[in-house]
Amino acid sequence: MKKSKILLGTVVIAIIGLITVVAADHIDAPAAKGTTADITDFYAFQGEDTSNLVFVANIQGLLAPTATAAASFDENVLVEFNIDTNNDNVEDLVIQAIPRDGKMYFFGPVAPNSPGLTSSINFASLQSDVEITKYGAEAIVKNANGMKMFAGPRDDPFFMDFARYGEIVGGNAAAFNNPGTDTFKGTNVLSIVVEVPKSRIGGSGTINTWVETKVKQ
Amino acid sequence: MKFNFIKYTAAIVVTSLILVGCSKDDNDTQILVPDFSGTYMQKDQMGRPAVNTVFVSADKKDEFNVTVPSQQSAKFQSMFETNLKALSPAFANTGDKNALGQDAAAFTGLLATDVLNVSLDGKTTFYDGTNVLTGRALADDVITVELLLIFGGEDFTENPTLSDDNVSANDKDFLTSFPYLAAPW
Repeated sequence: MKKSKILLGTVVIAIIGLITVVAADHIDAPAAKGTTADITDFYAFQGEDTSNLVFVANIQGLLAPTATAAASFDENVLVEFNIDTNNDNVEDLVIQAIPRDGKMYFFGPVAPNSPGLTSSINFASLQSDVEITKYGAEAIVKNANGMKMFAGPRDDPFFMDFARYGEIVGGNAAAFNNPGTDTFKGTNVLSIVVEVPKSRIGGSGTINTWVETKVKQ
Repeated sequence: MKFNFIKYTAAIVVTSLILVGCSKDDNDTQILVPDFSGTYMQKDQMGRPAVNTVFVSADKKDEFNVTVPSQQSAKFQSMFETNLKALSPAFANTGDKNALGQDAAAFTGLLATDVLNVSLDGKTTFYDGTNVLTGRALADDVITVELLLIFGGEDFTENPTLSDDNVSANDKDFLTSFPYLAAPW
C-alpha cells in the first residue's frame, strides 16, 4: 500500500518534470489535465456477441487504489461518443453519457442536435440508465433496448513503460529496458462502457469514431 | 427538433410536478429524466492512442483538443510531420517509409485526423500482423505498434531498442464478457 503510493508520487513528479505527457491520452493537455473531464483512453471493438460493437471511455486516470473510492464522475461533464458513418470525419451519430445522483444516463445512438464543439442532450433518445458501480462492489450492468451499459471504477487497461519513454524523449536514455515496467500497473480509472448493435451505428463497412468530454456552461 | 425539445421539457416539468409529494417507487419500469438542459462545451477529445501526446507540440495541445477532426489535418499535419522527423530522423530521408508503405507526409496525414477507424464487418484490432487499424481492442499493444511505425522502418527491423517498450500485456486479465475491463485494484 505504502509502496504503491510512493510509486505513484514518483510518477506524478516525473510527469510534472516532463514536457511530454502521459500516453495514451492520459493527462495530454494543460486545460484538461487533472480535471474531471480528462480522457485517458478510448477503445472500440467487436463485442462477445459479434453483432455488437463496444465503446469504452476512460477518464481520470492514475487513480491509486486508496484514491479510487473517493473518485467520482462529474455531473457537469458529458461524455460523448462520436460516430462518422460516411467518412467525412463529421459525426453522424452520438452516444451521450452523463451522470446524476449515482446513475449514468445514456442517450442515443442518435443524430446530434448540432455537430461540433457544442452539444445539448438529446432527451428524446434516452435509452436507459445504470447505477454507477461503487468501488469494491460487483459490476452493475444494465441491459436495455439491445444495449449494455456500465459506469464505475476499473483497472486501467492501458499498459506502457511510460517512464522510460519520457527518459528517452528527454535525452536521458538511449533505449527501452527489457523487460520494461508498466507505469500504469496497479492503477485505476473511471470507465464508461456501452455495447450497441452494429445495426444502429451504420450496420457494415467502416466507421470513424472518437470520444469527447464536454463541460456544462 | 424544437417541437420535441418543448414537448420533452414539458414532460419533464409535468413529471416532476407529479413526483412532488409522492414516495419514490424505484421499480425501473419508467425512467424519469433529470434536468440535463443547457449547453456543453468541448474540453478534451481522443481518437487514436497517444496521438496528441506524441505528435502535438506542447503549446498546441489544448487547441488540438478543441479542433473538430474534419479540420485537424489542414491545421496540424505539417506540425505532425516536423515532430515525426525530429523524433525519427530517418523519415527526413527522401523515400523513407514505414511498414505501411507511408512516407512522412502520408503517415502524418493519416495520424493528424485523430479518429479511430473501426470495421463493422469482422475482427477489430489496431494491428495484429494482418488487419491494420480495424478498431482498438483492450489487449492490443498499441504503443509498440506505434513505436514500430515511428522507429521500425520499412520492415520493422530498424532501431529495435526504440521500437518496443517491452510491456506487452495488461497487469490484469480482461473479461470475456461485458464490461470486459478488469475489476479495479
